[in-house]
Amino acid sequence: MSAPSRVVVVGASAAGLSVAETLRRRGFDGQVTLIGEEDHPPYDRPPLSKQILSGEWPEERVWLRDEATLAGLNLDLRLGVAALSVDPADRVVVLADGSRVTYDELVIATGVRARRLPGTDGLAGVHTLRTLSDARALRETLAAWPRLVVVGAGFLGTEAAAVARAMGAEVTLVSDLEAPLSDVLGAELGELLVRVHAEHGVKIISGVVVREVLASGGRAAGVRLADGRVVEADAVLVSIGSLPNVDWLAGSGIDTGDGVHCDEYCQAGPGVWAAGDVASWIHPAAGGRMRVEHRTNAGEQGMAVARNILSAGHPAPFAPVPYVWSDQYDRKIQIYGSPRGCDRFAVTDGSLAERRLVALYGRDDLVRATVGINMVRSVRAARALVATPTPWDSIEQGVTA
Amino acid sequence: MHIAVEEEKCVGAGQCVLAAMEIFDQRDEDGVVVLLDAEPPEEQHAAARDAAAVCPAAAIAVRE
Ligand SMILES: Cc1cc2nc3c(=O)[nH]c(=O)nc-3n(C[C@H](O)[C@H](O)[C@H](O)COP(=O)(O)OP(=O)(O)OC[C@H]3O[C@@H](n4cnc5c(N)ncnc54)[C@H](O)[C@@H]3O)c2cc1C
Ligand code: SF4
Repeated sequence: MSAPSRVVVVGASAAGLSVAETLRRRGFDGQVTLIGEEDHPPYDRPPLSKQILSGEWPEERVWLRDEATLAGLNLDLRLGVAALSVDPADRVVVLADGSRVTYDELVIATGVRARRLPGTDGLAGVHTLRTLSDARALRETLAAWPRLVVVGAGFLGTEAAAVARAMGAEVTLVSDLEAPLSDVLGAELGELLVRVHAEHGVKIISGVVVREVLASGGRAAGVRLADGRVVEADAVLVSIGSLPNVDWLAGSGIDTGDGVHCDEYCQAGPGVWAAGDVASWIHPAAGGRMRVEHRTNAGEQGMAVARNILSAGHPAPFAPVPYVWSDQYDRKIQIYGSPRGCDRFAVTDGSLAERRLVALYGRDDLVRATVGINMVRSVRAARALVATPTPWDSIEQGVTA
Repeated sequence: MHIAVEEEKCVGAGQCVLAAMEIFDQRDEDGVVVLLDAEPPEEQHAAARDAAAVCPAAAIAVRE
């Protein structure tokens, strides 16, 4: 296999930048084109629902690299222009400005976009939170101490709710789940966090979906729930998950569905790879398809793809222990592995009462995940139990729940 | 090689410690990075570069 000389990366965010940087760090001196639809240089999204939303950080702190570092990578950087289509047979990407870029290797790192509620496009007072401009708009809204309804109580919605409370908004959190966050954290810790929100004055409505956003005079005026109840509000944040940005690949023959379908090497076909939120790949240890919307995964998968591109036909499977964190009020939640679908739970350090703990999650007699709340070192130590198959029974001694 | 960390930016993800145990640690209370060795020996340089690359907050700077 001959070494590539032109790599094109579509999506100039965490994953795309990681691909470009890793190629250079590994000595690749061919052409690297990095194409990004947004006007901004690569920036970090996690602070958007935290320090940027609250105004604690000036905006320039989100740039992932300063200008000099970016320039030092010697990239063909095309910002503010979207890729419209790709022809894998001719190995060419067509951009919105009409230009055509040929490649030897293409990396798809186009991430995801926020899901919206039907009929809310362009309605003033309805927000989503995915981009820097989204964060700006919501921050301005929150400055006026609105009544805010947050639709969807995942990590994004709950983080934003916490910030909005701290900024003086009246916040109602609506979750379709009977027990918000129990899907990602299990019943015990989900309940603990819901209690923390309630104590901070967030009103929580659970087990019901939002049927529609109500408008009055061209502005959002609240939401109507499936059971007929109405929650009046000045602003609505819709945080009901995301959709992979794969539409531009339609008709290309590249296999897409819930993301770009890749093999265990993150390869989607000859000369085509994917990394980050948009990539669905076969995790060798998990034994099935996986698509992870976590910041650290974007960086690690970008590195893995760059290495595989340069591996001269000897790619390595990508088999990370997924990791995600969330900051809510003064609690830092850290998750290694996936608690989803687990049926065993044990607190192994700290306690639910202290709200400072490490918990393990198990399924099929193996430890599958660990979650820490404000116990950074201890949860990092517990990660080893997730990284290597560990029988559940071997840990149950010493449990302090 | 010289390493610098920006505590202010650190989000306590701990990816740096996983990549280079000899060079980084974290404060237990809040997980903020602790730099153990700002001038690591040659054999740890690759690990240091990996740590800087995986840090989700771009809080680690490596000058060669
Ligand atoms: C508000 C918020 C808070 C978060 N908090 C956390 C957290 O606390 N912890 C955590 O682990 N993760 C968090 N995440 C998730 C994390 O930010 C993502 O996992 C990460 O950004 C994924 O990076 P990516 O490069 O794969 O995709 P993205 O960051 O989505 O970047 C994709 C880029 O591709 C561009 N693009 C799309 N289509 C095209 C096209 N056709 N042509 C050119 N460019 C295109 C997009 O404009 C975008 O800039 C958060 C996300 C958000 C939005
Ligand atoms: S990887 Fe970065 S954010 Fe995480 S602890 Fe280390 S310095 Fe802090």
